[in-house]
Amino acid sequence: MPDRPGLSDSRMVLEIAGLSKSFGSVRAADNILLAVREGEALGIIGPNGAGKSSLFNLITGDLVPDAGEIRLNGRDVTRMPPHRRCKLGIARSYQIPHPFENLTVFENLLVGAAFGQDKHERDVADLCGQVLERTGLLHRANIPAGSLTLLERKRLELARALATGPQVLLLDEIAGGLTEAEIADLVATIREINASGTTIVWIEHVVAALLAVVTRLIVLNFGSKIAEGEPQAVMNSKEVRDIYTGIEA
Amino acid sequence: MQQPRYRIETAVEATRIFAFAGIGLVVVLVLLPFFAGRGLVQDLIFVFYMLALAQLWNLLAGYAGLVSVGQQAFVGLGGYMLFAFTVYGGIDPLLAIVLAGVVAFLLAFPTALVVFRLRGAYFAIGTWVVAEVYRLVFAQVKPLGGGTGTSLSVGVINGLFGIDFLREVFGLRTSLARDMVMYWTALALAVGTVLVVYFLLRSRRGLGLAAIRDSEVAAESVGVDSFRTKLWVYVLTAGITGMVGALIYLQTARISPDAAFSVLQWTAYVIFIVVIGGIGTIEGPIVGVLIFYLLQNYLAGFGTWYLILLGALAIVIMLFAPSGIWGYVSARFNLVLFPLRRRLVRLNTEKVDSGE
Repeated sequence: MPDRPGLSDSRMVLEIAGLSKSFGSVRAADNILLAVREGEALGIIGPNGAGKSSLFNLITGDLVPDAGEIRLNGRDVTRMPPHRRCKLGIARSYQIPHPFENLTVFENLLVGAAFGQDKHERDVADLCGQVLERTGLLHRANIPAGSLTLLERKRLELARALATGPQVLLLDEIAGGLTEAEIADLVATIREINASGTTIVWIEHVVAALLAVVTRLIVLNFGSKIAEGEPQAVMNSKEVRDIYTGIEA
Repeated sequence: MQQPRYRIETAVEATRIFAFAGIGLVVVLVLLPFFAGRGLVQDLIFVFYMLALAQLWNLLAGYAGLVSVGQQAFVGLGGYMLFAFTVYGGIDPLLAIVLAGVVAFLLAFPTALVVFRLRGAYFAIGTWVVAEVYRLVFAQVKPLGGGTGTSLSVGVINGLFGIDFLREVFGLRTSLARDMVMYWTALALAVGTVLVVYFLLRSRRGLGLAAIRDSEVAAESVGVDSFRTKLWVYVLTAGITGMVGALIYLQTARISPDAAFSVLQWTAYVIFIVVIGGIGTIEGPIVGVLIFYLLQNYLAGFGTWYLILLGALAIVIMLFAPSGIWGYVSARFNLVLFPLRRRLVRLNTEKVDSGE
């Protein structure tokens, strides 16, 4: 388990306070307060439309909040464009994979590494090679990303985000649509990434996969945080049982 | 940490052969005016500047996703600046071409400020509207001929750098020497544009551009500054388009707002060239311009029917070979003349994957 010694007294890498965003009368984020410790693995669950993906979009800068503040390593990034937040250490995978289809798998990672880490292309060849090894995509390195299967596309989302050298990795339903065997593989990879020091925030409907990795769980509904704490305790709480009637934790 | 285990490879063997063939072709083209007739030389000037315009539009639309229908703004601007600099500034026309490019480059910033607020189809229409504004503004400038236009004096054109040299050394007539200087300028602009586009696309910025083309949201999420990248492409293409415009109106020696800011001549034909040749490739516009030249040479006499034929051909290509003639040939024979693919190669072992 990623429950490493010294985790509890490590500092906060991501701090969110009073974060709100509305689309018309729909509240996608309602006064959210959230702090993520360096190195931890945090899970986020909630029904469809609870504002999980919107929260990610606010953290990465794809959305601009109506109110509130987002701090990365103590630095205010609330109004920063996405590409600058990436350079400061935030990376994400998209729920629906967005590969650069006409580029090869390797070139997809190269974009992440060269821009996310602001380095010359030739200086990141090794890094890209290693990330491809870790994510099991090395044998697909030089084929166009447009010809990948769903599992490979999900892995590419993960690999491209890792290539940017993130401090905080946001995973948006990366296990959705995969078979159980594929999920087991993916879970192993994600645990390894977390064990090597990358902070993980993971939104997932496949709760079993999530619980195999995260050490803390929060529950969102109607844009608000309704429960938070130790994963099993949260899963057994009344709030969660009310929302997920019939779901086995 | 450890020894490097991977490296990036770009060129392929066939490309090196092509590179030498390309250099050979350029040498032949440089020497051509000494052997070829005047008609061919003048035709090739046209081919060269259309090629440069097509490469630039392809970079804008095919790579940066900026489908502009208003590049005539910068062609006309360049042409008018050439007239202003040579007639009123007394500057040598060749230097004036460069200065016209600088003016177009600088004016592209405020223009971008307006059109970059729009996206997709709205961007296309917006650029067209801006080009019309440019046309109407220049129609008001009386010293440059106002609405009816003006001509360059023979003195200005014959004062072109290098003409005296050619006359004395090779004993050429002035008109012939003038054509040759313009021919070489056009050739330099065309070859220069192809090289600028190629090396831009091979650079890190070009990689970012390819990422933006495929998914702007994802490109931003991995650290690509899409606004700056697109702005950079826009002002760069505007600058070179301005230089091409200046050359065009140096050759025709007569300018009017309607011709200089013609959407048909400087954008519609250019789009045709890129679409039939193959958008999103450097080879495509080269193939396209040759086809366009042949069509125009043999069919322009049919007037309106010629235009209908061009339109019909463009539609047929879009339906049956959406990636253009080059796209079809390239896929069929696995042929790439300007390699852009970056391949990951494992050191000391076999290649990572043989697939392309």
